[in-house]
Amino acid sequence: MTEPALLSVEGVAVDLPTPRGNLRAVDRVDLQVGAGRTLGVVGESGCGKTMLSRAILQLLPKKAKLSGRVMFDGRDLASLDPESLRKLRGRSLAVVFQDPMTSLNPVLTIGTQLIETLQEHLELDSHAARQRSTELLAAVGIPAPEQRLTQYPHQLSGGMRQRVAIAIALSCEPKLLIADEPTTALDVTIQAQILDLLAREQRRRHMAMILITHDLGVVAGRTDEVAVMYAGRVVERAPTPALFKKMRMPYTEALLAAIPKLDAAPHTPLPAISGRPPDPTRSLKGCSFSPRCRYAAGSCYQEKPALAGSDAPDHQYACFHPIGAAAGIHA
Amino acid sequence: MATLELTIDDDVAVITVRRTRRLGSLFWAAIGWLIFVVAAAALAGLLPLPSPTDMDMLDRRAPISALHWLGTDGLGRDELARLVYGARISLTVGLCAPVIGITIGGALGMLAGYFRGRFETTVVGSMDVLLAFPPLILALAVTAYLGQSLLNLTCILGVLGIPAFMRVARATTLSLARREFVIAAQALGATHMRILLRELLPNVMLPLLAFFLLGVAVTIVVEGSLSFLGLGVPPPISSWGSMIGEGRESLEIAPRLAFIPAIAMFLTVLSLNLVGDTLRALTDPRQGAL
Repeated sequence: MTEPALLSVEGVAVDLPTPRGNLRAVDRVDLQVGAGRTLGVVGESGCGKTMLSRAILQLLPKKAKLSGRVMFDGRDLASLDPESLRKLRGRSLAVVFQDPMTSLNPVLTIGTQLIETLQEHLELDSHAARQRSTELLAAVGIPAPEQRLTQYPHQLSGGMRQRVAIAIALSCEPKLLIADEPTTALDVTIQAQILDLLAREQRRRHMAMILITHDLGVVAGRTDEVAVMYAGRVVERAPTPALFKKMRMPYTEALLAAIPKLDAAPHTPLPAISGRPPDPTRSLKGCSFSPRCRYAAGSCYQEKPALAGSDAPDHQYACFHPIGAAAGIHA
Repeated sequence: MATLELTIDDDVAVITVRRTRRLGSLFWAAIGWLIFVVAAAALAGLLPLPSPTDMDMLDRRAPISALHWLGTDGLGRDELARLVYGARISLTVGLCAPVIGITIGGALGMLAGYFRGRFETTVVGSMDVLLAFPPLILALAVTAYLGQSLLNLTCILGVLGIPAFMRVARATTLSLARREFVIAAQALGATHMRILLRELLPNVMLPLLAFFLLGVAVTIVVEGSLSFLGLGVPPPISSWGSMIGEGRESLEIAPRLAFIPAIAMFLTVLSLNLVGDTLRALTDPRQGAL
């Protein structure tokens, strides 16, 4: 990318103090997202995806310690005072959460939640805000938006609720939308609809998006670039087509193999990644995937591989024995 | 992955499902009694009642008659008039004291539950001190120092109610403050003030209001107990509690003098509890959730 990235995450680490010791949830992550581009962040539960998104939004739990820089639009978010940060959120940065049941206030109507956000940020009068809320609800595919404004979240279905959450996030035309597992709590048929909706609105608004998910299938057709996270680190990063054409990191391969295939014969056992992610409170000497990796050998248990590219400059991976390489040890 | 096209039917009828739940005759009877008591108390001056303080020493403990509908008390004062004027005192204290509690206690509880930290420790600690302090001793000390008056009585009962309201508000806030919609509001750039007032208060209000009605009921009883002990409103003003206290002296001769105000208090407290429970069940928009 030649133009300066809209969001640039530089060496971000998040430490959480726990009774069992320091927990490094995010470990020196570097990411860039250009304006209008989509970055997919993939990884299993507990790999630090959500903590990374909270770090970008500066909404970490009080006890968490953030190091590194989060540059957004040329400003370091970590050094902003609370007031300018507050103005930036909502207007330029927005987020859609996983579970629309808990991300909407249960005792306020949809209309109240939308209209108040609009009035707060865009300083619209109540009539204009109402008008715009109706348009927004219509834009996210909600039938009879006028009536929906008077309803409570529990009166809508899960998909409808997520549409409302997206409408609220889009209400102030953000430059960057962080979608934190936006479809995990939804029905499979609704998942595709919501992802299509996000993609459509993104194109229309020329908005950058970070799509966080645990499903490689979700990022496949809908992102420009993918970062695969494991145990708090980015272990492979590549433009989406390149990643799916030739993945290098054994973890990415294992993730892809764990997706059920429609053309597989009946009763084919589903490959699963054995074991569990390492205990994040204890730092591992070698590669954090080594205990579960079928290619692991020698140096894998001794030192951590760095995130680097070998053949293509924009395809980076952290592995000593990348898939497709000759069976020798490089580095 | 299969992709479904968005199909939107514009003519999907949105019918708001209104539950027409039968409220039951008990609820309406309770409402009726409360309206009756409040109206009688409010309009006491306009009703054709004898003065509640006029004594007729020749007609002491008179039985029920056309002149004195509920008879007269030990000093020959009209029992019905005293009951109606006593309702004024009991209801005023019963409503005002919990208002003090819900305002101060609710605010402190929400702030403590939302901001946590040292502020929470201080608030919870001072509330524990207040809870540990014997309420009767506090009431005695304050009335002895500041004198017996309606205002002092209301303030004492109000202050004594603060810890309970604080706990309800704090517990609810604690469970809500880490929910995603609060983080979502922060992500949308809401100020602390906005989150407290617009996101959390509507959620905290429901349990607080249910507790408020219970508080009214309890306060009426407590005010009665204090008046019974002679710590309530100063004589000759009547309140239900002081009437029961005065009636105790003639329990063998005229038991109705203690029982009539006791029945009035019992019915009022029961009605408040019934109404509070029903209203809470009806207005809780979360009942459809989960």
